[in-house]
Amino acid sequence: MKSLADLAKLREEALKKVNIRGERKGKRIVVGMATCGIAAGARPVLNALVEEIQKRNIQDVEVTQTGCIGVCKLEPIIEVYDENNEKTTYVEMTAEKAQKVIVDHIVNGQIVAEFTIQE
Amino acid sequence: MELYRSHVLICGGTGCSSSGSLTFEDKFAAAMAKHDLNKEVKLVKTGCFGLCEAGPIVVVYPEGAFYSRVTDEDITKIVEEHLLKGRIVKGLLHGSAIDEEVTKSINEVDFFKKQKRVALRNCGIINPENIEEYIAFDGYQALGKALTEMTREEVIEVVKASGLRGRGGGGFPTGLKWTFAYNAQSEKKYVACNADEGDPGAFMDRSVLEGDPHVIIEAMAIAAYAIGADEGYVYIRAEYPIAVKRLEIAIEQAKEMGLLGKNIFGTDFNFDLKIKLGAGAFVCGEETALIASIEGERGMPRPRPPFPANKGIFGQPTVLNNVETYANVPQIILNGAEWFANIGTERSKGTKVFALGGKINNTGLLEIPMGTTLREVIFDIGGGIPNGKAFKAVQTGGPSGGCITAEHLDTPIDYDNLIELGSMMGSGGMIVMDEDNCMVDVARFFLDFTVDESCGKCTPCREGTKRMLEMLDKICEGKGTMQDIEDLEQLAYTIKDASLCGLGQTAPNPVLSTLKYFKHEYLAHVEDKKCPAGVCKDLLAITITDKCIGCTMCKTVCPVNCISGEKKGQHVIDQDACIKCGACIDKCPVKCIVKK
Amino acid sequence: MAKKLSQEECFAKLNEAIEVHKGSQGALMPILHEAQHLFGAVPLDVQKVISKALSIPLAEIYGVVTFYSQFTLEPNGEFLIGVCMGTACYVKGSGPILDRISRELNLPVKTTSQDGKFTLIDTRCIGACGLAPVITINDDVYGRLTEAEIPSILAKYINA
Repeated sequence: MKSLADLAKLREEALKKVNIRGERKGKRIVVGMATCGIAAGARPVLNALVEEIQKRNIQDVEVTQTGCIGVCKLEPIIEVYDENNEKTTYVEMTAEKAQKVIVDHIVNGQIVAEFTIQE
Repeated sequence: MELYRSHVLICGGTGCSSSGSLTFEDKFAAAMAKHDLNKEVKLVKTGCFGLCEAGPIVVVYPEGAFYSRVTDEDITKIVEEHLLKGRIVKGLLHGSAIDEEVTKSINEVDFFKKQKRVALRNCGIINPENIEEYIAFDGYQALGKALTEMTREEVIEVVKASGLRGRGGGGFPTGLKWTFAYNAQSEKKYVACNADEGDPGAFMDRSVLEGDPHVIIEAMAIAAYAIGADEGYVYIRAEYPIAVKRLEIAIEQAKEMGLLGKNIFGTDFNFDLKIKLGAGAFVCGEETALIASIEGERGMPRPRPPFPANKGIFGQPTVLNNVETYANVPQIILNGAEWFANIGTERSKGTKVFALGGKINNTGLLEIPMGTTLREVIFDIGGGIPNGKAFKAVQTGGPSGGCITAEHLDTPIDYDNLIELGSMMGSGGMIVMDEDNCMVDVARFFLDFTVDESCGKCTPCREGTKRMLEMLDKICEGKGTMQDIEDLEQLAYTIKDASLCGLGQTAPNPVLSTLKYFKHEYLAHVEDKKCPAGVCKDLLAITITDKCIGCTMCKTVCPVNCISGEKKGQHVIDQDACIKCGACIDKCPVKCIVKK
Repeated sequence: MAKKLSQEECFAKLNEAIEVHKGSQGALMPILHEAQHLFGAVPLDVQKVISKALSIPLAEIYGVVTFYSQFTLEPNGEFLIGVCMGTACYVKGSGPILDRISRELNLPVKTTSQDGKFTLIDTRCIGACGLAPVITINDDVYGRLTEAEIPSILAKYINA
């Protein structure tokens, strides 16, 4: 390390690895990780979300897990809570769909209607 | 790049290690391997979280789930329920983390919410053995800023303007100390860190070194740059093996990254840091004694002036600050003097770490802005006194401090207020006492400590404290006279005035403050030959009430055979022979033996 | 641990340590730490070796050794029992616990039993105030103790 710029670069890399420790703020993505969710493939979805967020270096988004959300046949389910605690539920998720949610919903603020529960 | 969806933080502080957390990392890893979670969940061993009472502590992020008193069996549950299925194991959370079925994250729990963490900001958040995590949380930014963007004078000016005062006890303005050393003319200068935390019941320095060792390295490098030193010593208690090890690792990592050594940040600033182990002498917390010990001699103080800023280690100008003081420095450089000066009171700026212990529900380490009241600390953060007992006093400042009573609980905590109450800030030990503690006995306890730790160089301290202890012993044994109380007070003032160093000058404080606020307890010992709290053994009698069933168990267990009585008959204790060990009380199946 | 080394090996290691530190300022303390670790104490014959090697008068070394509580002139017993006498432990009853251990083992404080098995000391605050009252037996830590638990804890070591 020879300069402040070196330090800043190192800090940025390091921060990505630890920034989930801290207070809750901003958007929150909750992944249903009960037995049914896991069986339906929630873990790849969860990992895809985490990966995408870190890849894009998005701050203030927390990815967390919860138990059974209650509609097992639509698993894997994720819920996105906006800053005002508005909830959007996405169902029958896959890793690819998860990436799209991050891009459209989290980054651009557009709800991905096609993944929500259809009547 | 490592990607993890969850971080499991395991407290590796001394408190939690002592209750078994050292093996948790392996046990978590093993349990996680069964479910193939090792690539998704990261295990991190951190420093002290502060709420030692609840140890061993495990915190799972991003939820901030705060598991307390975790056992081996709990680990399997946390892995299988929380990490695998995402269901927080509510039954294992700390009591304060659940409010009417709603779980709170660790940051929302009362104990943590009311604190303001500056010196402890990374403790319990980062892995102390990983320099990258320190850097992620702004580590070494302040050093970089100081070296590349600030002059030496500017650094000193910021520290001065912040109003930071020494956290080791005396409260001397840190910036002023640095100015003296800056002004001293010499080819060679040193910086030193006093990590010889000896006050019983105070462990904040250890926690900083265990939880965030790099902050000390960074701060010392900043100090060295400011005063023109190129070498530093950390004088640390040998009784703190974990802290020593983590500091060694941190120094090694800093060297590898070029943050210690030659031409740091590409400038012409060189800095090298060494560890010196203490060897168990309380007086070495005194700055001149500490310097003597670093030089390999008996750790005895010498008269000042010359002050260490002019004549310190190996006769060279030296800046010597305490661990907690240093821990504030990088934040001050980064956020500016004004930010720091806005926290706290008129004459005491910033925050202070306290080690809360004794008769208190939330034993542990906490950091609060100066000016917080004692009541907030003891009742809001500390959770009050256990078992429904009444608060009697809080002792601050260790063997140099005094007791503060209930009527002063609303005093805002700062250096000057505590001195006015006859106590002092000291290093930040805060021991709460309830109705079951005898204040004469507490005074005797501290005197016993000082007598043991007096280095013997000056007569008032060496002989005077010994005589005071003898008088206190007499009083506790029920042999004291009114003259003893008078002599005690007079001698106390003489020792305060005439001793060479801080240890002697403050040694009488515990006696003076208890005499001031608890004179009635002294009088009860002397005049009525009674210990109101039921602590002083010689003033107690153990008796068997008429509920005795004659089981003979007390008789069998008595080590001095002073209990007589026939089977199925009333038993009696021979008061002259009884040594008041209380073994019979524990043994009695019908609880008919009482101590009064 | 140190005990397995023979006297000669200990002295050889001591000389190595002296070579490492000799010449640097303040060399005495680290060498004494090493000696205490190797021999389990710093007895007079060890002090003499250090005195010669560093050209420091024996009296001065003796003065330093006896000043610090970490250095002892005689080795401790196989099990070192330390009862924490920090303030937090004291107000929570470490005094009666020390008395009880002393009574159970029939061993006065600051002494070593004749068979060399136990040494009982009252220690300074070990900083585990959350666990008060605390005792340590070698590397084992027992916290939140009550007097009644003492006999069963000691039994483990008595029979060891």
